[in-house]
Amino acid sequence: MAYIGSRVKRKEDVRLLRGIGKYVGDIHRPGMAHAAILRSTHAHARLVRIDAEAARKLPGVIGVLTAADIPGMKTIPMRTGVIPGLARSQQAPLATTKVRYVGDPVAVVVAENRYLAEDALEMVDVEYEPLSAVVDTYRSIQPGAPQLHESTPDNVAANFQVEVGDVAAAFAASDLVIEERFRTNRHAAVPLENRGLVAEWDEGRGFLTVWGPTKMTHTNWRILSELTGLPQSCIQFIEPEVGGGFGARGEFYPEDFLIPFAAMHFRKPICWLEDRAENLKAMNQSREQKYRIKVGVKNDGTILAMEAEILFDMGAYTRTHGGVPAIAASAMLRGPYRIKNYRADVFCVLTNKTPVGTYRSPGRYEANFVRERLVDMIARRLKKDPADVRRRNLIRREEMPYDLGKHPFHYMVYDTGDFISQFEGALERFGYEKLKTARAEAQKEGRALGIGIGCFVETSGIGPWEYARVEIDTAGKVVLYSGCNSVGQGIATALSQIVADELQCSIDDVRVVHGDTAKVPYGNGSNASRSTVMAGSAAVGAAQKVKEKLIHLASANLEIDPADLILSGGRVVVRGAPERSLSFAELARLALPGPALKSGIKPGISEENFFATDKRPFPYGVHLAAVEVDKETGKLRILDYLVTEDVGRKINPMIIEGQMAGGLAQGIGGAILEEFVYNEDGQPLATSFMDYLVPTAMEMPRAQFVSTEEFPTPHNPLGVKGAGEGGITAAGAALANAVSNALGVEVTKLPLKPDYVLELVRQARGN
Amino acid sequence: MKQREVRVTVNGREYRGSVEPRKLLTDFLRDDLGFTGTHVGCEQGVCGACTILLNGEPVRSCLLFAVQADGASLKTVEGLAPRPDQLHPLQEKFWELHALQCGFCTPGILLTAEALLREIPEPSESEIREWISGNLCRCTGYVNIVSAIQEAAKVLRRKQET
Repeated sequence: MAYIGSRVKRKEDVRLLRGIGKYVGDIHRPGMAHAAILRSTHAHARLVRIDAEAARKLPGVIGVLTAADIPGMKTIPMRTGVIPGLARSQQAPLATTKVRYVGDPVAVVVAENRYLAEDALEMVDVEYEPLSAVVDTYRSIQPGAPQLHESTPDNVAANFQVEVGDVAAAFAASDLVIEERFRTNRHAAVPLENRGLVAEWDEGRGFLTVWGPTKMTHTNWRILSELTGLPQSCIQFIEPEVGGGFGARGEFYPEDFLIPFAAMHFRKPICWLEDRAENLKAMNQSREQKYRIKVGVKNDGTILAMEAEILFDMGAYTRTHGGVPAIAASAMLRGPYRIKNYRADVFCVLTNKTPVGTYRSPGRYEANFVRERLVDMIARRLKKDPADVRRRNLIRREEMPYDLGKHPFHYMVYDTGDFISQFEGALERFGYEKLKTARAEAQKEGRALGIGIGCFVETSGIGPWEYARVEIDTAGKVVLYSGCNSVGQGIATALSQIVADELQCSIDDVRVVHGDTAKVPYGNGSNASRSTVMAGSAAVGAAQKVKEKLIHLASANLEIDPADLILSGGRVVVRGAPERSLSFAELARLALPGPALKSGIKPGISEENFFATDKRPFPYGVHLAAVEVDKETGKLRILDYLVTEDVGRKINPMIIEGQMAGGLAQGIGGAILEEFVYNEDGQPLATSFMDYLVPTAMEMPRAQFVSTEEFPTPHNPLGVKGAGEGGITAAGAALANAVSNALGVEVTKLPLKPDYVLELVRQARGN
Repeated sequence: MKQREVRVTVNGREYRGSVEPRKLLTDFLRDDLGFTGTHVGCEQGVCGACTILLNGEPVRSCLLFAVQADGASLKTVEGLAPRPDQLHPLQEKFWELHALQCGFCTPGILLTAEALLREIPEPSESEIREWISGNLCRCTGYVNIVSAIQEAAKVLRRKQET
């Protein structure tokens, strides 16, 4: 009965299919009021005066909060990605003296229902003194540029360097140096469910309950305690169903303070549900990076050196992720290649736009685009097949574990893998050689067919620890209490598979509890493809301890040597005498305090376990794209697409392929459709799904997804490497290379919208 | 604001309510009648998460006022399965083929697909893609959704034949 490795149907699905899963918007509390947030309409302005008197008098309005109503308001701290300097530009939940992006929260209106709350929003009179805005990172760091934060005079929130090897000597030894500028488009996770919170204050008990989708309940629990001054023991966080995460969901946002604060202030349960127009201005955006980069190569294609200047657009404030996308980009820019001499100078730059956080494969998606483009440029300059340049530079199996050299903020040792065999396998499966012939023939007919390669190394399973507790109740049912969260990825199913295998019971008898701080004391949540790696490893350890306890109890009761007992079918069975056994339910009753204390046993079957590691696994793989460019319209048609990834060990292949497919759809969206455009004054031009285009079923091709488990990681007991981000990470890279290959010109920016593609077509005609 | 009486049939049962004329049908279904399976993803009529069937036709309940549905027969996701312990073939195939992840878009897609299969019992892949192109899904990449609808169509056709 091995569940691990099987395509087990998800435990989450039936309630979601029947429409009876409870998302935050489905939670109702008696007497609940509704909040709406007044947001800045200016990208940069001084707040002169807020007059909320008319709004306060509107029938049905419970009250209005501005910064003046929240004495001693603290800024929201970083939980990760801390780089010296970044703390200077942290965000206060409500703007006090200045607003710095369109969408910056200015006031909170609470009313009997949301219609009234929105009526009242329009009656709050805010006087702004507009200031010049800056939206471009290069302009932002010029002397005389508008300054966002007094504490950060040059708009550089942080700056750091990575230096490995002898870069100057390596460039001097190079036969060819290629220099280029690249940039990637601002886009975002955009989960289909907007954000939302319900907070209820029990004044008599002095106890606050918060329902809301988070990806890290326990972190938000701690931050809320820090910001409100209420002890953690007086706050309970409960995670409902979550309508998608992808990195942006569930970080601690201004509203995560404002709504609980309002519930305490107005002594009412309060619900806040973001609408989409708000979401596209207020939720973390990502991906906007600019690169000035050069590589030095030998004539045989060997890459000797890489040097990059990276400008990371932070938006207007430092959010909870700190500089993660900049850190990840600079750490993973070398990808799967042996580049021994490397320097990066990284600037985290403030602009008057929505603040930035992580989005699935943060920094790595951007870095993969830049590096894979450069590899193709090397191939073109040296008149080599792009696949051959990769073959020459891919790190070899015998070089593993491979240490890339020190990075100030990132773990840098690749654990296991055979990048070359993965690459060759992908080329063969995709029919690379045949496609090259097809491309050549199509080109003769004047059709712009192109093939694009994107090789990648992902990083996953971030520590430093995760918590699990496994219990068996008197019905014999197994409960796993896990510190991870669900963002819709199916983690309860994967963890149930792991626990059911360890305890040799039916997966139907395993229940997973997560995201409730009253039931799970510790947790680090679900991010960075860590849930199966960290929570899975913690769970397997807790289940092992429970197994020992079950055997110990059965041994005492049956008077059988523990070595002669095995677990089977939800029972402890005497080896070779299956008629002698005790069910989990019987054992749980033997462990009740009454009988257990009499026999000198610790009561209950409940075992905790922490799994801790500072190391990270590195899944890796290949994206291959075949596209045809319509030279008249600039439209891309994806003819075929392949994603392969080695994930170490597969818990549920169906879920892994689902992650790859969903990731690819988002990757295609980011590469060809999605972009948050701002005008020069910092006004966002994409605040609806009519302007911000996410892929529909018409844009997503029937791609091939191949996950392999050839190289388990030694860093955890399961050997798993995490599988949440391989599908997205090299989509920009592969599609950009395919378009470059189709047109014979160099793509230097994303997205590949029709106007840019037509510009490339004209460039190609000019050549 | 003056309240108006609304009478609707939802999943075969009649309901009455008193609403402001500006109340959206989505909010009436979710907040007044408790059909929270109908989800709200954009309130701009684009994402399709709030899709329900109105007199058998898929509509976006965020683009209708409750008063406009007066006298209509509505179907929401809660009314798709024949019994609480049984799933509709579409729901079965979505489960089997992993056609959902977070589940937020799923109710709207199921209802769109139900209408599709009533109109075109044997749809081609491109017909399915076109029909569901008004329903955004951010998790699955649509591939498994298309397959699940194809497979459910087969089951429904077999049921029709017997």
